[in-house]
Amino acid sequence: MSLVIVDTSCANLSSVKFAFERLGVNPVISADASVIRSADRVILPGVGTAKAAMRNLHQLGLVDTLRQLQQPVLGICLGMQLLTESSAEGNVDCLGVIPTRTKAMQQGQESAQFPLPHMGWNTVVASTDNPLLKGLDSSAYCYFVHSFAVATDAYTLATTQYGNTRFASMIGHGNFFGAQFHPERSGKVGATILKNFMELTDADSRT
Amino acid sequence: MLAKRIIPCLDVRDGEVVKGVQFRNHEIIGAIEPLAARYAAAGADELVFYDITASSDARVVDKSWVERIARQIDIPFTVAGGISSIEQARELLAMGADKISINSPALRNPDLINTLVDEFGQQCIVIGIDSFYDAETDRYLVYQFTGDESKSQQTRWQTAEWLQEVVSRGAGEVVLNCMNQDGVRQGYDIKQLKQMRALCPVPLIASGGAGCIEHFTDVFTAAEVDGALAASVFHKNTVVIAELKQALIDAGIAIRPLEQTQ
Repeated sequence: MSLVIVDTSCANLSSVKFAFERLGVNPVISADASVIRSADRVILPGVGTAKAAMRNLHQLGLVDTLRQLQQPVLGICLGMQLLTESSAEGNVDCLGVIPTRTKAMQQGQESAQFPLPHMGWNTVVASTDNPLLKGLDSSAYCYFVHSFAVATDAYTLATTQYGNTRFASMIGHGNFFGAQFHPERSGKVGATILKNFMELTDADSRT
Repeated sequence: MLAKRIIPCLDVRDGEVVKGVQFRNHEIIGAIEPLAARYAAAGADELVFYDITASSDARVVDKSWVERIARQIDIPFTVAGGISSIEQARELLAMGADKISINSPALRNPDLINTLVDEFGQQCIVIGIDSFYDAETDRYLVYQFTGDESKSQQTRWQTAEWLQEVVSRGAGEVVLNCMNQDGVRQGYDIKQLKQMRALCPVPLIASGGAGCIEHFTDVFTAAEVDGALAASVFHKNTVVIAELKQALIDAGIAIRPLEQTQ
């Protein structure tokens, strides 16, 4: 099974690559449209800002390629936000393959109690039959670092609570999946999610 | 609910993990990789690798081990030590470090914080602050070059001012190292941490003074910090992470429980 990690020119690609290598998968890091199209699985990683990442994808000529992918695609952190229609981070249009939007998280009045970025281990609660959380507890700890998030809606696959906000920590639509947290840095739970992604069936990608 | 983080800190000097008392008299604890792997397996939520001599010797942190750590462990880790340019930061992040922590170079050139945040995003830029309580003037003062006693010096900043300055420049997290407490295991500086917590809208990590499990309970309940960093109590097994986490859970603190081994 071939796996390509999209080289978005801004992401920390090594830790994602190493996480798959620990599972016995040898990912290819590439920004080549034909390599990405022909992969069995595609990872869209991301750190930094949505604006910079979308600028890079446009410069690399990958926007249409990514939109048209038919195989399972997993966006991680900023990569998940790029799958949505738009991000408030720089007011930028994103790939739009999952019909939802990325908004700024709100700092509560008690900023010391709920600091931003939302950073650390928080519980991910599956909200539907989520094939990526197969074999995990109904509430599993994953590692988050972000200040922007997607609100819960019909495309939410899992939710996470921070302060007074419950946001979509996993989203999905067809063959596109997103995780707001970093499975590559989420211990055994994260490894299980990445393994589940590799083992997705055609049926999992049609829901 | 967001869990409070337990963060073992591995002070690195010349490629080995060391620990000193109040920043002096460093003793060798062991090689980096086995310790990192041991802590990740034992339930640490995050690791910090601090090259304590880099800044004061005007050297760059020896980076060869960063990629080896990234390959091995499946929890986030931060690298600190003498990072003073975009290029150095880029290299460390590319090798797999999740965050980089800046201390003395940010004091020398505060614009470095903005530059790094603009380039890599707020989420991976941590600012370390070495804060010394001066009893004569009843002030918290920021020190720099604390990795080398002969070069350690007071700066013009008071701690509260510098903390607000780094936050305004976009720092994504602050590690507050209370120097009077460091290595003496008398407990975290709750009074100071509480004061700084109120001024800090980004995650705040307590450092310096952990000696027993109760000190962790105290710092989470009284100072509401996001994480607690410690070194010697973990290196010397005075505090076992599994027991610490269970005690914190029993005290009603949100903690990521230990993962079951397969």
